[in-house]
Amino acid sequence: MKICIRNGRVIDPASQLDIDQNVYIANGIIVAIADDLDDFTADLDIDAHNKIVCPGLVDLSARLREPGQEHTATIDSETRAAAAGGITTLAVPPDTDPVIDNPTVVELIEDRAKKAGRTMVLTIGALTQKLNGELLAEMAALKAVGCVGISNGIAEIKNTVIWRRALEYAATLDLTVFINPADPWLQKQGCVHEGNVSARLGLAGIPESAETIAVSRHLILIEQTGVRAHFHNISTGKAVKMIREAQDRGLPVTADVSAHHLHLCEHDLGNYDSFSHVMPPLRSVRDREQLKQGVRDGTIQAVASHHQPLDADAKLGPFAQTQPGISALETLLPLTLKLVEDEEITLQQALASLTCQPAAILGIDAGQLTTGGNADICIIDADVQYDCRPDNFISAGKNSPLAGWLFQHQVSHTLFHGKLVYQR
Amino acid sequence: MNTPTTTDIQHLLEEMAATIREQLADKDPLLIGIHTGGVWIAKALQKILGDDFFDGPLGTLSIAYYRDDFTRIGMHPQVSPSDLPFDVDNRHLLLVDDVFYSGRTTRAALNEIFDYGRPASVTLAVLVERNGRELPIRPDIVGTSLNLPRNQDLKLHNRDGLHIEIRAAGAHHAE
Amino acid sequence: MRSNQLTESGQLRHFLTIEGLKRPLLTEIMDRAEQFSSISHRQVKKVPLLRGKTIMNLFFENSTRTRSTFELAAKRLSADVMNFNISTSATSKGESLLDTLHNLEAMHTDMFVVRHDQSGAAEFIAQHVAPHVSVINAGDGCHAHPTQAMLDMFTIRRHKQEFANLRVAIIGDILHSRVARSQIQALSILGVGEIRVIGPQTLLPRDCQTLGVHVHHDMASGLRDVDVIITLRLQFERMQGALLPSAREYFRCYGLTEEKLKYAKPDAIVMHPGPINRGVEIASSVADGKQSVILEQVGHGIAIRMAVMSMALGSQSELAESE
Repeated sequence: MKICIRNGRVIDPASQLDIDQNVYIANGIIVAIADDLDDFTADLDIDAHNKIVCPGLVDLSARLREPGQEHTATIDSETRAAAAGGITTLAVPPDTDPVIDNPTVVELIEDRAKKAGRTMVLTIGALTQKLNGELLAEMAALKAVGCVGISNGIAEIKNTVIWRRALEYAATLDLTVFINPADPWLQKQGCVHEGNVSARLGLAGIPESAETIAVSRHLILIEQTGVRAHFHNISTGKAVKMIREAQDRGLPVTADVSAHHLHLCEHDLGNYDSFSHVMPPLRSVRDREQLKQGVRDGTIQAVASHHQPLDADAKLGPFAQTQPGISALETLLPLTLKLVEDEEITLQQALASLTCQPAAILGIDAGQLTTGGNADICIIDADVQYDCRPDNFISAGKNSPLAGWLFQHQVSHTLFHGKLVYQR
Repeated sequence: MNTPTTTDIQHLLEEMAATIREQLADKDPLLIGIHTGGVWIAKALQKILGDDFFDGPLGTLSIAYYRDDFTRIGMHPQVSPSDLPFDVDNRHLLLVDDVFYSGRTTRAALNEIFDYGRPASVTLAVLVERNGRELPIRPDIVGTSLNLPRNQDLKLHNRDGLHIEIRAAGAHHAE
Repeated sequence: MRSNQLTESGQLRHFLTIEGLKRPLLTEIMDRAEQFSSISHRQVKKVPLLRGKTIMNLFFENSTRTRSTFELAAKRLSADVMNFNISTSATSKGESLLDTLHNLEAMHTDMFVVRHDQSGAAEFIAQHVAPHVSVINAGDGCHAHPTQAMLDMFTIRRHKQEFANLRVAIIGDILHSRVARSQIQALSILGVGEIRVIGPQTLLPRDCQTLGVHVHHDMASGLRDVDVIITLRLQFERMQGALLPSAREYFRCYGLTEEKLKYAKPDAIVMHPGPINRGVEIASSVADGKQSVILEQVGHGIAIRMAVMSMALGSQSELAESE
C-alpha cells in the first residue's frame, strides 16, 4: 500500500521541521518527505491542504479497562477512540485486573492490541505484586516481555522501605519508574481540592500537601537510588517548582500533566458536576497557571490524556460517591492545541509535548517523522470550529466535563504503521 | 343601575345597617370582614351601627390559605394573617365582603371560620352582588345588584372615601 | 447542568441552598412564616392550602426531630405526607438512589423533602426529578440545611428586628456543619454587620475567610460584644481522625458557659440547632438560661417549613401555565 499525503504543513518537533511538503509512504514506512518523488504511484492520495501533518501522538497514560472491566470499555473500543484522537502509541498503567505483574498479562494486552491494529499499546508493569505495596514484582521478567517502565499506578505504597527497595531494584534494571505522587492518607480523606470550593460545597478536601509531600519524599529517594523516574499527572504549582529544582540539580526526573488539568480548575465543579470529579483533583486557578508555566519552560515534558472511561452509572450520584475519572483520548489533541490558540505555548512546543517528548520518556522510537521510520502520522484540521460533544465520543466512556467547549483543532486522519486507521 | 358613586355607597351602607339592626339586634352578633374590601365595608357598618352594636372588636379573615385556585395561581403575593380576636363557638356572626360574585370567596371564608369553631349562625352582607354565581351560596343582605358582562371586574377602592371601579377582567386575579 | 432553584419569575421552585438567593426572597420566607405561625394557636391547627398534594419525606439519614417538624408543617397545610427512612447502606447495595427516586415519583409525588449524608445529594435529586416535583433540602452532608438557617434567621429577627448592625458568632465545628454554611450565607445576604466563627483550626474549613467571616480561635475575642451566639452540635466521631483530643478539652476551650457568655452583649441571645450535648458545647445553665432561645427555634421551624413548602408548591402553577 502506497500513500501520499499531499500539500500539508509537515511539522516534526523532534527535528524542528516545519515545511509545506508531501509525505510519501510505502509498506508502512515513510519513504520521503519531499516536494516530489519520482516513480511513486500512490494507491491512496490524502489531500492535506491547509492541514497539519505531524507524528502520531504518544500518550503516557490511558486506561483501556481490559482485562478486568470489559463491561466499561475494551482494548478494541478504546484503541478506536485513540485513533480518532490522533494517538498512535499509548501506555497502559498496571492497574488492570489481573494486574500487569507477570508476562501473561502483558502478552494478553499486546495480543488484543495487535488484533485491533490501530495503535501501539505499551504496558507499564507493576512495581509490587498485585500492586499490594509489599512484595516486589518480577520486574526483570516484565522488562523482558516489553514493559516500558514500572509503576504502582494509583495504588499506595505506605512503607517507605518498600519504596526505597523498589526504586533501587528498578535502577538496577535500568527501568523508568512512573509515579503517581499522592500521600495516601491525605489523598484518601477527600474528593476535591481543599480550598474555597470545598469550603463552599461542604465536600472533603485534598490539600495540595497530599501531592507535595509525596513528590518531596520521592525526590529524596530518587536522588538516593539514582533511579530514572517520571511523575504522572502533576496537579499543583508547588510540585512543578520542586521538580524544576530537582531537574536543575541534575536529577533524572521528568513529569507529565493531563490536558484537562491545564484548562480546568476547582471552580469547574460548579454545582457538584460529577464529570469534573477526577484524581488528582482539579486545583486552584493559580495551580493551573503554574502547570502551564511548567509546560512552557520544559519542566513538564509531556501532556497526557490520563484517560479513564467510565460507564454512565459511575457518574450518577452525589458527588463524593461517584467515581473519579475523565474520558480524555479524544480531547487530548484539541485541548493541548487550545493552549496554542490562547498563545500560552508555541505549536512546536504543544506538538513536542504530545509526540517526541513522551516518546523519549518511554525510551521508544516513535513520535517523529523520519525517512525510514514507521509511518505513524496524525493529520490535523487546524481551522474548524466545533462543539465538544462527549455523547458522540467513540470511546465507550462518555464521561467528560468538556461538553459544549469550542475547539478549533480536529484530527482528520490517523495513520498507524502506514495504514489509515481513522478518517473523519 | 349605574355604578354607585361615593355618596351612593354611603346611602347603601345606611340601608344595609338598618337591615342588619333589624335582623341581628337581639343576637349579640360578632363582626368579621374579609380582606381587603370586606374589612372596609365592615368598618363602615360598625361606624353607622355604633361601637356597642357588636359584641367584640372587628375580626378579619384572609382566605388566602383556603382558596380553591392554589394549583392554578399559586401563592397570593401578600397575605395579612386572619385575626379573629374572639371565640366563635355558638355565636351569631355577621360576615362582610365588598363584592359577591362566584361565591367562592364566601365558601373559603366559611371553611376558615369553621376551623376556628362552630358558630350558631352566619349572616352574609355584601355591598354589591353581581351576576355570575357559581355555587349554591347567596348573600343575606345586599347593598345593590349589578349586571356586568363577564369580561368586566368590579374593584372597590378606599382613597378619599369608598368608590367602585369597573375595569376589564384579568387586570387582577378574580376574587 | 445547574439546577435552578428558582422559577423564571424568581419564585422558589426547590429549596436546596441559601447560596445565590436574594434578600427579598429570604424576607418573604420569614414574612410568610410569621403569617403561618398564627395557625398553631387556632383550635383547628390546619389550613387546607395544600389539600391533595403529596409530600414525601425521604430521609437517608436518621433525624426524628427534623422529619417531625417537616411532617407537622405539611400536615398543618393539609398535605398528605409519607415518610421513608432509607438507610444509605441499602441503596448502595442494590437499588441506586435514582431508582428509589423514580419509584417514589411514580406515586405522583408533588414534593420530596430530602435528607442525605452526602453533600450535593439534594442538588443531584433536584436535577433528576420530573419537572412538576419540588425538592426541599432537609440537610445534605456537610453542605447545606437551608430551612434550619431560615428558622434561625426568623428567630434572630423576632428578637433583634434589624440585621444590619448585628454581630453574630458561630461556635464550633464549622468544617462539617451544613447548618453553619447555610447560616453564614443567610446572614451575609441579610446584611448582618459582622459574622464570626470561633473554633480550633481543625474544625474550620481551609480558606474559611472566603465565606465572608472573621475567624477567631478563642472565645474571649470571638464573643466580645456580639448580639447573637450560635453554638453548633459537636459530633462525637470528631474525636476520631485527630480533629479534637476530647469532649472535655473542647468544653474547656469552646463550651459556652455563663462565664464566657459575659464577653457578649448583656442582651445577646443564645441559639443551638439541637439536639444539645450538655456539658460539651454548652453548659446546662446557659442552655436553660434566660438568654437562651433554643426552644423557640423548634417552634419557628414548623412555620418556616410551612412557608417554604407552600411557596415551592405554589410556584408549580407557573410551570403548569407555561406547559
